[in-house]
Amino acid sequence: MKRGGIYFLAAVLLIHIVVGIIDYDYLISSLRFSFRLSVRIGPVIISVFFLIFITNYLITPDLIKKHLGQEAGIRRWLIAIGSGAISTGPIFLWYPILKRLHNGGVSYGFLATFLYCRAIKPPLFPLLVVYFGLKLTLILTAVMICYSIIIGVIFEINRL
Amino acid sequence: MKKAFTKTVNQITSFLPILIGIILLIGLLQRSVLRLFYLSIFHKNPLIDPVIGAALGSILAGHPITSYILGGEFLKQGVSLIAVLAFLVSWVTVGITQLPVEIIYFGRRFALIRNTLSFVFAILVAITTAFLLKII
Repeated sequence: MKRGGIYFLAAVLLIHIVVGIIDYDYLISSLRFSFRLSVRIGPVIISVFFLIFITNYLITPDLIKKHLGQEAGIRRWLIAIGSGAISTGPIFLWYPILKRLHNGGVSYGFLATFLYCRAIKPPLFPLLVVYFGLKLTLILTAVMICYSIIIGVIFEINRL
Repeated sequence: MKKAFTKTVNQITSFLPILIGIILLIGLLQRSVLRLFYLSIFHKNPLIDPVIGAALGSILAGHPITSYILGGEFLKQGVSLIAVLAFLVSWVTVGITQLPVEIIYFGRRFALIRNTLSFVFAILVAITTAFLLKII
């Protein structure tokens, strides 16, 4: 478990204690709000964790590396988009893999598309739908895919 | 299966304290402080707010779930949809905190151009999405 998260939670709890000492009623009202928020998003978060597990089970960095490194043409663009969207974990863990792919001949354009598509998170769609609606979720995803291709093409055309 | 399960548990356990902390913090700040925070940052200016949203998303880092919860609360407080969308998109696509590591792996040129383009595109994605949402 990362310590940063624990320290953050400890700091938040400490702030709550201080607020509770100063204004007990305000603290209770705040906790009620947090509880209502938790009840609203709790089931969605559980489904999100389940989808993250499915993604972790089906998609591995090796699988993405294999396909992004081997495919060509439009298929490679599709692989860059798809693998970027379903890749999980912190971004900095992907840098060494992407660096190896680049050394193996994968251009920066595909890597830029891959990195941009990491903003599309299918396992998190349920939460996005709860907050922003299905229509916006679908439009946002489609728009992001289009812009991810544009960013990749900019790198390709300018040989960046 | 076991490896995927372990990886998922590790991801959840490292993220859960932050999620609980964010939910508690939103509860604590929701009434007056958070509203003042929104109003001091966002000015209800359709041109400047998306830039501010994208800038805020670029600076902050963490799991995207946090950005969705914060973005949802921004929207409830009256922040424009374009600003919120720019915030959500830049949260993941622009990485100011990861920039030094990105430079080490891919070089200064790639990292700076990619992050600059991602920042601009976060605003364009937000504008395009909001526009399409209106006409579809």
